[in-house]
Amino acid sequence: MSYTLIALSMVIVSLLLDVFFLKVKLVTRRVFWVSYAIVLVFQLLTNWWLTSRNIVMYNSDAIIGIRIASAPVEDLAFGFSLILSVLTIWIYQEKR
Amino acid sequence: MAMLFFTVIGSFWLEIALKVGVLRRIKRVLTSIIPVGLVFLLWDAYAIKSGHWRFDRNQILGIFGPAGIPLEEILFFIVVPIAAIMTIEAVRTVKKNWPVTNL
Repeated sequence: MSYTLIALSMVIVSLLLDVFFLKVKLVTRRVFWVSYAIVLVFQLLTNWWLTSRNIVMYNSDAIIGIRIASAPVEDLAFGFSLILSVLTIWIYQEKR
Repeated sequence: MAMLFFTVIGSFWLEIALKVGVLRRIKRVLTSIIPVGLVFLLWDAYAIKSGHWRFDRNQILGIFGPAGIPLEEILFFIVVPIAAIMTIEAVRTVKKNWPVTNL
């Protein structure tokens, strides 16, 4: 479950960055969720490609074992924290 | 590598079609993606070293960066964040009345 724990920690870090440190509060914005939904569709598609063809393989000890579109559910947390962090810093720079 | 091309094609057309002007603001792009990319690459390096995930050597280019990170992974943390920035800018272009922040 090490991937699970790191991925969840990164979600928390990205939320802290957005809400408390940079105070952009993108997670309260519709524009973020619509954008994330679009990114998510493509993430599921590319994730399915990369995992169903075994281009990327996961150690079963590192994940809880739930899979979405053939990829570990942890990938969703990975993608969310990556996207939220980048977009928070992107928007933060505009408002300074 | 095909996945990265797909992402580039799937998002970079927004730069032309909707004139989101993300690549024009390349400094701001870099300051957004470099710190985040470095943290995620550290995570990647740790996960590869610990065997959380691995890659089929026959389906990647076989070029490796520091800590055995495949070139595709490094490019991933450049291409995917730029695609995400183009996506939010495209949504903002289409939905001009959606506020992005209350700062």
